[in-house]
Parts: sequence; structure tokens; C-alpha cells
Amino acid sequence: MTKIGLEIHSQLTKLESKLFCSCKANYREFEPNTNICPICMGLPGSLPRLNQKAVEKATMIAMALNCSTPEKIAFFRKNYFYPDLPKNFQITQLNIYGDTSVGGSGILMVGEKKIRITRIQLEEDPGRLIYEGSSEKNQITLVDYNRAGTPLVEIVTEPDFENPKEVREFLNILSDLLENLGVSDPSLEGAMRADANVSIEGGNKVEIKNIGSFHDLEKAVHFEITRQQSLHSRDIPIIQETRHWDDKRKITISSRSKEEDLDYRYFLEGDIPWVRMGNEVKEKLKSEMPESISSKKQRYVSKYNIPSQVAEVLSSDKFYSDLFEEAHTQENAKEVANIITTDLMGLVDTREKRESSKLTPLHLKAIADSIQSGKIARNSAKNALYEIVRTGKSLSDIISELDLGNVSDESELSKIIESVISEEPQAVEQAKSNPQTINYLVGKVMQKTKGKADPKLTLDLLKNKI
Amino acid sequence: MSIKISALQYIQEVKSGNLSAEDFVAKTMEQIQKVDGKLHAFLSLNDNAVDQAREIDKKIKSGGKIGQCFGMPISIKDNICIKDTKTTCASKMLENFIAPYDATVITKLKQQDAIFVGKVNLDEFAMGLSTEFSAYGPSKNPWNTDYVPGGSSGGSAVSVSAFECVASLGSDTGGSVRNPASFCSTVGYKPTYGLISRYGLISYANSIEQIGPLTRTVEDAAFMLNLISGQDSNDNTTVDNKNEDYLKDIDSGIEGKKIGIIKEMLGEGIDPSVLSATKDAISKLEGLGATCEEISLDMVKYSVAAYYTITATEAGSNLARYDNLRYGYDFSVEGYEFNSYIEKARKKLGPEVTRRMILGGFVPSAGHAGKYFLKALKVKSKLTRQVNEAFEKFDLLISPTVPILPFRIGEKINDPAALFLIDINTVTANLTGKPAISIPYSISNGLPIGMQLIANSMNDKLLLQAAYALEKTVKLPEVPI
Repeated sequence: MTKIGLEIHSQLTKLESKLFCSCKANYREFEPNTNICPICMGLPGSLPRLNQKAVEKATMIAMALNCSTPEKIAFFRKNYFYPDLPKNFQITQLNIYGDTSVGGSGILMVGEKKIRITRIQLEEDPGRLIYEGSSEKNQITLVDYNRAGTPLVEIVTEPDFENPKEVREFLNILSDLLENLGVSDPSLEGAMRADANVSIEGGNKVEIKNIGSFHDLEKAVHFEITRQQSLHSRDIPIIQETRHWDDKRKITISSRSKEEDLDYRYFLEGDIPWVRMGNEVKEKLKSEMPESISSKKQRYVSKYNIPSQVAEVLSSDKFYSDLFEEAHTQENAKEVANIITTDLMGLVDTREKRESSKLTPLHLKAIADSIQSGKIARNSAKNALYEIVRTGKSLSDIISELDLGNVSDESELSKIIESVISEEPQAVEQAKSNPQTINYLVGKVMQKTKGKADPKLTLDLLKNKI
Repeated sequence: MSIKISALQYIQEVKSGNLSAEDFVAKTMEQIQKVDGKLHAFLSLNDNAVDQAREIDKKIKSGGKIGQCFGMPISIKDNICIKDTKTTCASKMLENFIAPYDATVITKLKQQDAIFVGKVNLDEFAMGLSTEFSAYGPSKNPWNTDYVPGGSSGGSAVSVSAFECVASLGSDTGGSVRNPASFCSTVGYKPTYGLISRYGLISYANSIEQIGPLTRTVEDAAFMLNLISGQDSNDNTTVDNKNEDYLKDIDSGIEGKKIGIIKEMLGEGIDPSVLSATKDAISKLEGLGATCEEISLDMVKYSVAAYYTITATEAGSNLARYDNLRYGYDFSVEGYEFNSYIEKARKKLGPEVTRRMILGGFVPSAGHAGKYFLKALKVKSKLTRQVNEAFEKFDLLISPTVPILPFRIGEKINDPAALFLIDINTVTANLTGKPAISIPYSISNGLPIGMQLIANSMNDKLLLQAAYALEKTVKLPEVPI
């Protein structure tokens, strides 16, 4: 049986500052080596200053993944030399001397399947290495410490996955969960990275490191299973080793390093006292935790009668559910959900589009209310939405600018209906005997008004006139 | 005008207008010029000290708000960062390291209008007890320049003892303030762990070390503690002392206090003159109304071994950052692969540091941790339990600070094991986080003997009161310089 386990690194991108200093957690906008200070550069005499918010957010993740949370948490030093590590040790967490990391064993359900979480730990991200030069001979390594000290949560799973598809489903659920918690933006470059270990029946465990995105993680796992199976079928032993994911060639390569032999000489980080996570703290965190995705979904279905699939889409995406929460009323909820999941989704399907979108919940509410009151037809609403996302203008301005308003003037509509009746005598006769077919005539009216006729009024008038 | 006055006397004199800060600081700088060629307490001097003193005089004259130090000249151990000043740790590795920030203790002293006359010598990265491991040469004991001044804060003790400053800040990882204080006949104070911020103190063994003052009197130590103690957001291990005033009621006496005499600290290898000084101190304390009784703390026997195991482990990690990539000395990376570069770069570390780094790579390593590092941690927690139990019965503990007299320069440097035993009386306070003080007690054959008192955690005030009472019973000759 194929066994796959994951180690997922998620940056807490929603935090203001780094894990041990006040430099920005969002290091991405900075020129190299400008988002640094004596602490994250590990200058002589500097000491880590624990960001309590990071501990809270990491604990929230642990709670959301149904992990056990200890009474007291501790930090450890992981000692190894690497140019991206300013102190030549990483401050991280460990469970070998008792459960002292933010989260112990937990569970995440992927459909019907239980994925066991081994532990969750909070640690600092190292800096970034940038390699320049065309060949190995003239290659130089540049170091950018802007990222050094960024809060990182490591989520370790048991080897409970059996195929890449389960891995992908798990990652989708997990990234939705992290986003919903308001701790991380998984779409940011480098915010989510992973290592995976893969073994097939009769083979040794192989660790794949350095996978830079969830998309590649699935590919890497798939590649590795295929590679191992092909070795196995030719009776070539699968050796226990560490491999790296080459994201250009999309293959795994043996690291040939002694990394797995490294002795990290873990010991307690004396500069950070144990942090008490008593029940009162945990209760407080629980009360501050945003509503879970599943609870949202349930509420959307039961309270607003939104179809289950629509509720699923809406609740699992924080961007959509936040919009929905602010735009909806008991009356327009279904309409708002409908607009988001049918019309808006195509307009804001990338991170860039979401960031540049000018749409506010108020816009959305106005559109839904206008559809319900018959001021605007669904079709026109779609056009208006497109314009709002682009320009941010008010719905009423856009209706008048683009002439999208419904024809709800009775005399004007009557004229159009009369002309349709005279043009379609056969259909009129049919409608008289079979009321179902009246919709054909409504469609004709819509055609003439470019979809702007108030549908309810049109129907009423048509019924009267034939 | 004499420069041979205490900090509190200095402040009194300046306050009352009998003394100008400028005159005093100028005289102090003259003294440094005069004696430091011989003593080598200083690694670098503040060329603007006299100008800064003049500014403070102006401020006093104009009736401006003035800090509690009134321009008092202080020396700082060269492992504590002063902004825009070289901080070398007496190592070639940090030969050109200019600190870009102030340690919290420096910030606090600047706010109180202290003047830093210079940075003083230490064993490289504070690893040693004689300053012989300084990469810039040893300091000399002012009582006899053929002898070591103790260490690692040897420069601090020498500068206070030889009137090159009024007070000094050192750091104490296993006795590094108290040992040189004892050898040079000054007061040396190691506070409760967490009482003084370590932000800006270059770490050697961070879980047990503290910055501490070296002064002429116990009152001066209490005064310094008032200025530099307290919780600091830059050091998560600091504790809230509720702005305790350590000077207030310092003369409360020790009537009725129970003092335990630590048996294991008067054992094998103790110099007879140190033993008799200790017995004398005990009878003095009894004369002041305290009751003294022997107590056995058998874990003390293992304390030095545990101490070296723990400090080596932490040092191996704390000093790993000195790979010369981000700061350090001039040595191009051109043509080197990372590991071979740092291997070469770290050749600048001296022999004692190298020895402890190698030990620090070994004792916590997989397969050996159980036998060494984890065992040392067990000793630490057992020792702490024993000491805590002792404090259920006693208010204070007493021992000589160092079991032997200062030794000749070069006499023991090639015998690390012999040097290690000298730590036996001081490391307990570090391993258990307790406050401890060394006060000048006696002179034997022209060499100083210091007496150590230890109190329970956060009982720093009581400790200073007892030390003050004992100090009052002592009359010592002036240092012969």
C-alpha cells in the first residue's frame, strides 16, 4: 500500500510582525535586506522577543485541526549551519521532551477519510537564497534576510494518504481552513511550502523536500510514486533517502547530501520562557475564532435555504463568504449567493483580479435588491456587476450610463407586447390553449427590450392581452 | 580632590557643588593613562568622556533635569553593546564589530547621565576566570601585577579597584563578576536571574548568566541595581521587581537571620587563609545577631561538571552565528564553499573558546546527550531543589567566593581542569538562578579574599542588607598602586 505523509509549512502572513522582532511579516514588498533588524539578523547581544499574536494564531490552527493543546508551550533550538540562517540555529518547537508544541495529535476529515495530524509547531522562517550565474563554476549565492524570522507554522501529518488525489483534497481543505481562520493567505508566493514522504509497498520511505507550492506537491507525489513503482517492477531496491523537487523539470532528484545525518543538537531555547496556555487563554481564543467553514455552510443551507453546492462554494472561500456576510439580508440572501457563485466567480478568479476589484458588499446588496424588486433584469445585473468590479461606480450610475434599467413603464411595455402579439399569431393561439407556452412570447418581448423588460409585469400584461 | 571615592560619595559631592563632573572624569582619565599601561584593564577608551562630563556640568548649572549618576564614570565589560562603539568580546572574531544599538543597561545608564569611560577586558567571550584567555592579553591584578585579576570580568574588577572608574558592569555566567571582585577586593553582584535585562549582552550561556555591577561598596551595588534592574520588553526572561529600592533600609541589619554554611564549599583544596577568613566572617555574622549552621548540599560536588556541560552546549549554539558572513573581520568569501569558509573564518576564535565549542558540539549530540547534557540538566534541577530546600530553613547561605587566593599569571593556564575547580563556589548561584554577592573580606600575603553570600530568588534586597552589615565589620588596607 502506498503511504504518503506531509509536512506543510504555512507562513502566518496575516500577522503584522515577525516572530521575534517588529520587522514586517509581509517581507515581500521590500528591497533585499531592508526588512531586517539586530534581532532577526541575530546580531551579537540581540534576544528574541516572542510575538504573542503568533502563538495565538498558531494555537487557533491547532484547535481548528482538532489537535490537543498543551498547558505550557516551549521553544527549542535546532542547530545547523546554513547561510540563510542568521544565528546558525532555528528557533522551533519539539515534542520529544513532552508535548510542548502548540498542537499535539489532531484530525482533519477529507470527505469520509480521517487524516491524522501528528503535531503543529511554530517556528521562524529562514532567509532566502538566490542563486545567480549560469554554471556551477561561476555560480554565486546571494542571501536576502527579509524573510528571516517570519512566523511559520509546520503541520505534520501521519502517513495516511494513499494517492495524490487525497493529498490534493486535503490541501484544498487545509488552505481554505487557514484562510478562513484569517491567519494566512495561501495564494501568496511562498506562503505555503511542503515536504512529503512517500513509500510504496515493499519499499523504503523517501522524503521529498523543497516543494514550493501545493500545486507542485501533488505533482511531486505523483512523480515519486511512479518512480518508485517503476524501480520496484524492475526489482531495483528503493533506498531510504532525501530527494529534492526540481520545479523547472518537474522531477525529484536525489539530494546526495548528508542532510538526513545531521544532528540538530536540539535543546531548550532559554531566551524564551515557557508560555502558559491555560484554559482561560484557550477559551478566549476559541471565542475569537471565526466561524468554521462547515458551520457556515450549514447555516447558509438551513437559514437561507441556499442549495448545498452553492453553500459549499460560498463558505469555503473566505473572499466570497466575507462578501456574502456583509451584503446579505434574510430576504436577498439567496440572490446574493447566486450572484457570487454564478456571475462574480468568473470576474475575480485570480489573486490579482481580487485585489484590483472595486466591488463592495454594498454594491452586491444593491444589485440583489434591484433584481428582487424588478428594477433590473438578471442579464443586465451581470453586465452591471462587470462594470462595478472594473470601476467601482454605484449601481444607479451604471444603470443610467449603460441604460440597463428595466422597462417597467406599463404603456411603453404594452406597445412592445402588442407588436409581439401581432407578429406571432400562431404562438398567441397556442398560448391560449396551453398557458405553458406563454413563455415563448415573454422571450420575444425580452428580445425586443434586450432583456430589460420587467419579467413579472411582462407576464401579467401578456396574460391580460391574449 | 580624590578619585578614591564611592559612587554615592561622588554623587553627593557633585550634587553639593564641591566637585565638577568634568574635573572628576578628567582625573579618572588621567588615572587610566597613568596605570593602565601596567594593568591593562581597558580594551578601548571613550575619547569624548571629558566633553560629555562638561555637558553634564552645564546641565547641572543651568538647573536642567539631571540623571541620578551626575556624570559618574563607569567602565563596561566589552561583551555589552554600546551603540557605535566597538564591542569585541576580547575576541579577534569581533575585532571590528561596532554595535548598532545600546544594551538595555546602557540605555538606562545613559538616561541617568552616566559616562562610559571605556570598554574593559575579559576572557574571550567571557570564557575563563583570569582574563588570560583575552585575545588582547591579560589584565593584571592591582594588588600584585604578577597575579591574575580573576575573570572573566577581570577588566571590570581591575578598573574599579585601581580607581580607573567609580563602578563597572560585568557579566556573571559561573562567577565571572564575583570571582574577579574577590581577587581584586571589590564588591561583585550577581542578581537573581531575570532581574537585569540581558538585551545587548553578548550571550555565552544565556540560560544562567546575568549582567552585574562591580563597585567599591555594597551600597554602590544596591544603587547600580536600582538603576539597571527591572522588566524589559526586549528580554522575555526579565522579571518584574516592582521598582524595588535596594538602597532603602540597606542598614536594617541581620539580627535573627539564619545563615547556612555550605559544607561542600569549604572542602578539599581550600586555602587555609580562605578557610580562616570564612570562619572569622561567620563569627562576625553571629556577633551581629545571626545564627549560623552548617548545611550539606551534596549536588554541589557535581555542579562544576554540570556547569561546563550546560555552558558548552549553549556556547556552541550561541557562538555559531560567528561565521563572518554578516559582520566580523575582513576575510573575503571569494572561492570558498560555505562550510569550508566558516571553518576557516572560525579559526580566529581562541583556544579556550574553541575547546568549549568542540565540547558543545559533543555533549548534546545524538547518542551522547543522555550521558552528558541531559545528565547535567538533571544535576541542575536536583541542585535547585536542594538549594530551595535549604532556603526553607535558612535566609542566606555563605561561602568564600573562591576557595583559593589569586594565582600567578601563567600558573594555571595550561591546566584547564585545575581552573575549573576554582568555580566550585560560584556556579551554584548561576545554575539555580539565585542572587549572590562577593564582598572584600580579607587580605592574605597581600592578596585579597572575598566572601560570598547567596539568597533565595528575588531576595536581592535581603542579600544586600546582609552584605552591607558584614561589610561594616571589615577594615582593609588600600590597594597598593
